[in-house]
Amino acid sequence: MTTETFDLSELGTYKYGFSMPERYVYKARKGLSREIVEEIAWMKGEPDWMREFRLRALEIFLAKPMPTWGADLSAIDFDDIYYYIKPTDRKSRSWEDVPEEIRRTFELLGIPEAERKFLAGVGAQYESEVVYHSLQEHLRKLGVIFVDTDTAVREYPDLVREYFGTVVPPDDNKFAALNSAVWSGGSFIYVPPGVHVDLPLQAYFRINAQNVGQFERTLIIAEEGSFVHYVEGCTAPIYTTDSLHSAVVEIIVKPGARVRYTTIQNWSTNVYNLVTKRAVAYRDAVMEWVDCNLGSKVTMKYPSIYLMEPRARGEILSIAFAGRDQHQDAGGKVIHAAPHTRSRIISKSISKDGGRTSYRGLVRVYPGTEGSTVSVNCDALILDEISRSDTYPYMEIEEDNVTIGHEATVSKISDEQLFYLMSRGIPQEEAAAMIVTGFVEPLVKELPMEYAVEMNRLIRLQMSGSVG
Amino acid sequence: MEDALIIRDLHVNVEGKPVLQGVDLVVRRGEIHALMGPNGSGKTTLAYVLMGHPAYPAEQGEVLWKGQNLLELPPDERAHLGLFLAFQYPVAVQGVTVANFLRTALNERRKRLNPEDKGIPIPEFRKLLREKLALLGLEESFASRYVNDGFSGGEKKRLEILQMAVLQPEMAVLDETDSGLDIDGVRTVAEGINRIFGPHLGILLITHYQRILNYIKPHFVHVMYNGRIVASGGPELALELEEKGYEWLREQFAEQPAA
Repeated sequence: MTTETFDLSELGTYKYGFSMPERYVYKARKGLSREIVEEIAWMKGEPDWMREFRLRALEIFLAKPMPTWGADLSAIDFDDIYYYIKPTDRKSRSWEDVPEEIRRTFELLGIPEAERKFLAGVGAQYESEVVYHSLQEHLRKLGVIFVDTDTAVREYPDLVREYFGTVVPPDDNKFAALNSAVWSGGSFIYVPPGVHVDLPLQAYFRINAQNVGQFERTLIIAEEGSFVHYVEGCTAPIYTTDSLHSAVVEIIVKPGARVRYTTIQNWSTNVYNLVTKRAVAYRDAVMEWVDCNLGSKVTMKYPSIYLMEPRARGEILSIAFAGRDQHQDAGGKVIHAAPHTRSRIISKSISKDGGRTSYRGLVRVYPGTEGSTVSVNCDALILDEISRSDTYPYMEIEEDNVTIGHEATVSKISDEQLFYLMSRGIPQEEAAAMIVTGFVEPLVKELPMEYAVEMNRLIRLQMSGSVG
Repeated sequence: MEDALIIRDLHVNVEGKPVLQGVDLVVRRGEIHALMGPNGSGKTTLAYVLMGHPAYPAEQGEVLWKGQNLLELPPDERAHLGLFLAFQYPVAVQGVTVANFLRTALNERRKRLNPEDKGIPIPEFRKLLREKLALLGLEESFASRYVNDGFSGGEKKRLEILQMAVLQPEMAVLDETDSGLDIDGVRTVAEGINRIFGPHLGILLITHYQRILNYIKPHFVHVMYNGRIVASGGPELALELEEKGYEWLREQFAEQPAA
């Protein structure tokens, strides 16, 4: 054989790997215990019910075994993690009031600029606490609430208590229990009936120190006929030791409301990202997860939707990119619990340089859900011989009168495609990036323009050998 | 010899078997050469080798163009020297629009000529694209479709010629651009090629059938058989082939030992 192939190997690059010196007002000692949990609750001045919620969750966390059905989590050392770091005493509504180094971090990440250009509100979390929060005045006047979850516990206790932990109870899984015990920060959003928040609200999560655990807790309540688009981004410095990010997100989509939740996850490759995200959608409601996972060492994340009442709709769009030493175990879960509900899952994954992607999905259709439709599409693109992709599509259909569609493909970048693009003067690296961005295009075009541009840029960065 | 593509003693093996066994050919700018021959004679292999397909490395020989041996360059470098290949079977590139593809290709070319170039301004590109689409009788919506994705045979061939019109090569190899087309399709594509052709452009037109030559008048016709060019002549050679078929080649050349 004289057949040669194009060589696609090269290094991924990460441009958010910088870190700032630690000048924190409080850093709990490493490790997890009842005392640490009490300390967090005390520091935050929380009501008893929340402190008890935390302690109960800790018991559940300690009792539950490590999940072994997904990615390899055996290297996580729960004793070697800082569970709570308070970077500053203040929560600011103006960037000028944010401590210098933290402000510079978010400036480097382009957050204030994005806020000026196309966002209705911004939350910025640094280690365990949200340090900056803003919301456009006209939305505040309409009754929209967008604050960090700690503030919500203090200022909107009834709302929080009514919904907190109802969508993702602490005993859902080991990491939901962990989050419930040590949670800090995250976003609380309340959209009153009929209010449409026309620009996205964004939260940005930044880990700065080594061996940190970040455990934000997000709760979104969209009242009848309302609409909100929430976007979250995240990055961390590159360290040789691992950090842990384990969030819980709960969303309640009331009748006729629509919530879109977009994630652009770009953790450094030393972060374990183990997140539980779940929404309940009622009559005629629409829930959309747009879940883009580019970074992290290991991600396990399956945004889920419970379609509780007739004609509720759910959509999960998942993009995963795994490079060297990365495992993206992503997908989605939909529960059809009412007639004429509709769901669609589209997953596109890319693996390269020995990276591994897994699509893991569950669709459960209960009896009595007649007239419902389910559509699942998962496509994997594998860029070289040492990378890997697996598909675990579970379907539990207990109703006959439903329409189920499922398709899965695995493909490689072919030499024929590369040759074709290169024959037009496009260099190999650019040609490969073009094929990859084309592969995810159907999902990327669902993102707001600014994020689509960012997403394509990140993919190109992952594909390129040059430092960005 | 700045203005000529010179192929000298080109030998190529594919999967261990000799497919090109000493091809010699010179194509000058401003000339159209038709390369004919039966299936399996090595025509498409020659096209791939000229453009630099990684599965078709040359064993021997050289291909000179603008003072460089093309065989030493990757496909994109060859394209930047003005070489173009219209594929017989163009591949689909999902999610990449025709417009985005062409603009990227054009900008790569500009960047190569001038590293400071910021790319073709969008309005200028749109104007260029609109003009070239019209030249080939294509709707503007054609440009927002994904490259070859779900295209009919005719659309694929027209996209190849559209690319040629936009990229404005100086030496184009057209590999069976007429195959798989009905008679109207052949005419449309041929008219497009004729409009692009001029003194700045050399064309090597690979074809199995004579019919496209009713629309595109070659200056020279060559016959390939068993990996060699076994006959060369003027346009009359094509008509002769049309009359006699390829059978006579087998009788005359089959027994020749490899060079």
